[in-house]
Amino acid sequence: MSDFDAVALAGKKAKGKRPAYFDDPAVDRLLGMVLALAGEVAVLQERNDTVERLLDAGGVLRREDIETFRPDRDTAYARGLASREFVARIFRGVQQDMESLAAQEPNVEDVSRELREI
Amino acid sequence: MTRRDDIPPDYREVKRHGMFPDVTHDDAARFNFLANLNKHLALTLGAGNGLAWRQRALPGFVAEHGREPRDRFEIRNAMNRDPWHRFWSACKRNSMEMRQQAGRAMVLRQLDELSGRAGQWNARPTLQLNPSVQVPRYQAAVDIHCMPGSYHGEVFEGDVSAGANYDCGIFATTGGGLGGLSDGGGQALVAWARRERPGWAPKRILDVGCTIGHNAVPLAAGFPESEVIAIDTAAPSLRYGHARAQSMGVGNISFVQMNGEDLSAFPDGHFDWVQSTMFLHELSGKALPAVIAEMARVLKPGGLMLHLEQAAYTDAMPLFEQFMRDWDAFNNNEPFWSAMHALDVPAIMAGAGMARSGHFKAKVRAVVDAEIFPQAADGDGEDFGRAAIWDAYGAWKPAAADALEAAQ
Repeated sequence: MSDFDAVALAGKKAKGKRPAYFDDPAVDRLLGMVLALAGEVAVLQERNDTVERLLDAGGVLRREDIETFRPDRDTAYARGLASREFVARIFRGVQQDMESLAAQEPNVEDVSRELREI
Repeated sequence: MTRRDDIPPDYREVKRHGMFPDVTHDDAARFNFLANLNKHLALTLGAGNGLAWRQRALPGFVAEHGREPRDRFEIRNAMNRDPWHRFWSACKRNSMEMRQQAGRAMVLRQLDELSGRAGQWNARPTLQLNPSVQVPRYQAAVDIHCMPGSYHGEVFEGDVSAGANYDCGIFATTGGGLGGLSDGGGQALVAWARRERPGWAPKRILDVGCTIGHNAVPLAAGFPESEVIAIDTAAPSLRYGHARAQSMGVGNISFVQMNGEDLSAFPDGHFDWVQSTMFLHELSGKALPAVIAEMARVLKPGGLMLHLEQAAYTDAMPLFEQFMRDWDAFNNNEPFWSAMHALDVPAIMAGAGMARSGHFKAKVRAVVDAEIFPQAADGDGEDFGRAAIWDAYGAWKPAAADALEAAQ
């Protein structure tokens, strides 16, 4: 495995100053979180639907199996990683704001004007 | 079961060529959500922008200035103060960012394996990388489409992450409108050429700014006797695109790292067909005419030049539509988009020696498997700048005899 953090890099900020859509930057951030949460709820719904359809098709799933389930280490790692990704996805906006603090970037409008001339 | 265009097809309908990343249940579900979100923002909520403009921002502008706006920039400045438009834009920007995170999360977790897979094919001579080719400023100034790293970024040296991420997410932003291999534009060009010139068998075809070759591979497959050369400055996209084409068994296409402004590797009149698809808007004021001039030079007399783009901002296009089509320029990191769509591309082609008498303009609509994927309809105009329906700027280069006659 190459030495890089796939979760962190997946949410990296794109180069180019992000437009401010609201007067209070917190609103921009909160909207991003709400939409990310909405997306994850949609994913859960789809997953739930998958389970229902599999069960419908003749599978067996006992509630007790769920209650007593103990993940092995590989499974636990995979679940932990999924959980980290979930958090990273929701906090992408906040984290990218932090990245923005590190670099002053011109407005894309200014870049747009520059590109007409070069 | 009949196809229903109101819901994008499931992500699992995207065709898995040999380079496609492995897709988990939740990856697919995430892209399904994004495809639906984009469709909703564009076609359901997009109409709110016109309402906000007519009901609120335009009367406000007229009250303030005593006249209507003169250009799309004045509309943008006014609309950027309108709370509805701001919220809609913010949602749309987020959907673009979420799409990037979804694609990169899927690709990066398997990047070692994917890059290894590409390596199986990429030792072949049909991939020609040239590290001396610089990433031009117009590709590096910002990350185009808000893709972190743009087309040329690498997580580790020699990887294919940029190409893989680009490929896997096209579905989400187009709602499947470009078909199972996201190649509806290239398929449309093949269909167009067969219709316009039945029996034409171009020997050499050049595709400039090919990225992952999704619109060049259909040309190679559609004209199996031809030799297709697809060029781009971005090595990570070329590595992925070459492996993708090879995995699909399309061998008559080479991927070459080269800047379209300098085609000196090719002699005058080398190609029967030179083209670009959705590429001109990612250039700059000076690079665009330079690329077109070079393409005209390497084109054979009697050969075809073709550029697919979204509709130009002509005087006939309402300013509000121009403003809406400009959204990607300032909100999705396409900084040359606005200027490019206001250019007179045919005039630039004429300036490069493509005589006006050979010019034509055609509407080209994505060719997709209509059993599964939505087909672009004329009514898709509400999806400003995103519908899978383009204007083709075309010109047949005067044959030697015609050129001589014209000169005399």
